[in-house]
Amino acid sequence: MSHIAPPAHWRRAKERYRLLGSKCENCGSTFFPPTKVCPKCRRKGRIVQTEFSGKGKIYSYTIIHSAPKMFEKYTPYILALVELEEGPKVMSQIVDCKPEEVKIGMAVEVCFRKLFEQDGEGIISYGFKFRPADNSWKSLQ
Amino acid sequence: MSVGIVGYGAYIPKYRIRVEDIARVWGHDAGSIKSGLGVLEKSVPSLDEDTATLAVEAARNALKRAKDVKPSEIGAVYVGSESHPYAVKPTAATVAEALGIVPDTTAADLEFACKAATAGIQACMGLVKGGYIKYGMSIGADTAQSAPGDALEYTASAGAAAYIIGSENLVAEIEGTFSYTQDVPDFWRREGAPYPRHGGRFTGEPAYFEHVVKASKGLMERLGTNVSDYNYVVFHMPNGKFPLRAAKILGFTIEQVRIGLVVEKIGNTYSGSSLLGLAAVLDVAKSGERILLTSYGSGAGSDSFSIIVRDLIEERRNLAPSVKYYVERKEYIDYALYARSKCLYRG
Amino acid sequence: MHCMREASVYTEVDMMYKKRDVAIISAAATKCGEQWDKGLKDLAWEAGVKAVEEAGISGKDIEYLVVGNMSGGMFVGQEHIGALVADFLGLNPIPSLRVEGACASGGIAFFQGYMAVASGLYDIVAVGGVEKMTDVEQEHATTALSGAMDFEWEAYFGATFPGIYALMARRYMYEYGLKKETLAKVAVKNHYHGSMNSLAHFMNRISLEEALSAPMVAEPLGKYDCCPISDGAALVILAPLEIARKYTDTPIIVKSSVMASDTLSLLKRRDICTLDATVNAAEKAFRLAHIERSQVNLIEVHDCFTIAEVLAIEDLGFAKKGEGWKVCDEGQTYVGGNLPVNTDGGLKASGHPVGATGVKQIVEIVKQLRGEVERGRQVNNAEIGLAHNVGGSGATAVVTILARR
Ligand SMILES: [Zn+2]
Repeated sequence: MSHIAPPAHWRRAKERYRLLGSKCENCGSTFFPPTKVCPKCRRKGRIVQTEFSGKGKIYSYTIIHSAPKMFEKYTPYILALVELEEGPKVMSQIVDCKPEEVKIGMAVEVCFRKLFEQDGEGIISYGFKFRPADNSWKSLQ
Repeated sequence: MSVGIVGYGAYIPKYRIRVEDIARVWGHDAGSIKSGLGVLEKSVPSLDEDTATLAVEAARNALKRAKDVKPSEIGAVYVGSESHPYAVKPTAATVAEALGIVPDTTAADLEFACKAATAGIQACMGLVKGGYIKYGMSIGADTAQSAPGDALEYTASAGAAAYIIGSENLVAEIEGTFSYTQDVPDFWRREGAPYPRHGGRFTGEPAYFEHVVKASKGLMERLGTNVSDYNYVVFHMPNGKFPLRAAKILGFTIEQVRIGLVVEKIGNTYSGSSLLGLAAVLDVAKSGERILLTSYGSGAGSDSFSIIVRDLIEERRNLAPSVKYYVERKEYIDYALYARSKCLYRG
Repeated sequence: MHCMREASVYTEVDMMYKKRDVAIISAAATKCGEQWDKGLKDLAWEAGVKAVEEAGISGKDIEYLVVGNMSGGMFVGQEHIGALVADFLGLNPIPSLRVEGACASGGIAFFQGYMAVASGLYDIVAVGGVEKMTDVEQEHATTALSGAMDFEWEAYFGATFPGIYALMARRYMYEYGLKKETLAKVAVKNHYHGSMNSLAHFMNRISLEEALSAPMVAEPLGKYDCCPISDGAALVILAPLEIARKYTDTPIIVKSSVMASDTLSLLKRRDICTLDATVNAAEKAFRLAHIERSQVNLIEVHDCFTIAEVLAIEDLGFAKKGEGWKVCDEGQTYVGGNLPVNTDGGLKASGHPVGATGVKQIVEIVKQLRGEVERGRQVNNAEIGLAHNVGGSGATAVVTILARR
């Protein structure tokens, strides 16, 4: 994935920016990545776009030490499989968190970050990442 | 028809570097720098944060507070910054997309050193009052650049504040605005140059003070108010000293300045600076209290606003994290990590 | 067994395509590793010539060629591998097909060749696999390999191949109490087997301490948990069983060869600690072969990462879910143990020339069943062996069961 043309970034940008998945209005199932068909309802399913709350838990994680060039400057970084509160899982980096602090079951919340830059003059890719959920601001007000 | 603030949101990156850690690298005396600048530490963005990501975070917080506003009702998005990630390609479009404000909206990036976003607020006020849009959003965000070893390195930081402007459901009314602008070469960055240059002490009297003081005075004259009418006053904060001196020149007390002075522990967030100060005030102000806000952008100009807090603030301010939360949410890094975060070593 | 019978859609109709029994009449592989002086064509030629000579047949007898190759385009700037290899082996104008299923390309090639003979369409079919990986810098090789996962929702977010398996490993550790030491033991065992395999990429033995103290790649996986980037090729020749003895005294019978697929991305999996493609392929492979797990003497599993060997042992049905690691931990997977696994050193030590690996595994089983491998790693009186080849993080799996009679 060294040279990705602009349309390939753009095509999925909305979903990456806003954590948009899909939902079957027939059975209520939610999907990420967005699907075109509900595997349960098939032809009866009615798929619509849905924005996830961005709250979830870490289902599994790893610390990446060896990464492709475009991610190299972020190493070591935490890559996790996050289970969203709506059910689907997403693969994402965990930021604002030390590698030694991450653990399975940890509550996380979505944030908006740079994913990578192809080079100094190329497109900047943005999208969702997750950070440890912090509700301490509620009691601090 | 009154216009004002429907929602506001702040964001400050998690990482901090202390003045001591920078001073040690350059052999400077940390003690005199801290007392001279009134800054102890500054915020540092993560490697994956830039003006667009900070703007989105602040804007999401503003939307949480403006809970009646649907993203689709926002008809204008302005991002004021001097560190837009692209020379050509609007940060505002990325922010609008990330907030779901697209496509029926206007959007533009603004640049006027540290005051572009207050100009954006004025633009929103005009569009709202003229009936062209229902709501507008202006965001001040920066990941400020400073040459390694330059005096700016002690203060140039990162942060963002976003404001949704409208005429209904106001948490605060903007009762007037006044601007003051002249061509003054106190601070600049040429196209393609990585770091800004500045005129040293020239940035003081003829630049910052001239504009901040004159804009504030102009506003009060126009509205017929005086310093005692204001509970709070917020000025652009290039350091901890300038706003205090401007306040003194204008006759404000330290008490009036204190709440909005959010520079000591986060540094100068440039386009975010005065607007983060205003957010800190809105986090605590009571209904009926009056705020004077005066931004400053090198080059040079100031936008001054007189703001009256409304009842709605009480129920809205708790819908998103306060400035105080972000100031206190922090993790220190050393200069080596800081250099890596800021990509001082290019490779 | 834990197999997902309810998810299986296979029926006895599957038996219908098999019109006749199929045997392997010859099998050969090149040495794996950094073969600086050999290009893709040289490697394919070397494996091809060895296999043709072993079978004592003429190239003219071969009617159809299938070649597994993952990414000639990205590794050496070469596509159109089917015709290319046919040309280089002097097999034109026979039909020649290149198949791709990431690291399972070789296994899929075998599955295709098997079907061609079993269906009665062709008699003599050559199945090759080849990958030349070291002509590009590691960075580009990694990029090419990352194409095996979901680009838009995994690689785009910073996932790496070791990272994907590390996510499985971490979850497995959490669910079933696996320790890093056990993963290290898998690497130690595979290096031990590899040290006796003259064609292996690595012939050095490693200690548990070395494995455990190696630099991290994607925690909890370190350097010795990951297979290398290798050049290599392998080729086997298939024939109907009824004529196989014309070419060899020791035809190896293909009892079954089954392929199954799953979601490309890990995030859509039912359970990231299970490769359902392996479960489904194995279930059907055993059923079609009329063979019990207890009859199997050795298995070649797709240990692209050490955790993959643990999962394979479970998903193939040789241990209950969550207990595969114990088999490894107790050392039962050594030659001489209850379940010898990866007697050639596996992908870890014998190497992983991605498109060739699935065929290379078949070659190892064939040599073992014929009693032709180096002393020390030969499984005594091996009658039945199984090869398990995986593509990506488990989106493709091919399970092939071979027997001496
Ligand atoms: Zn449905």
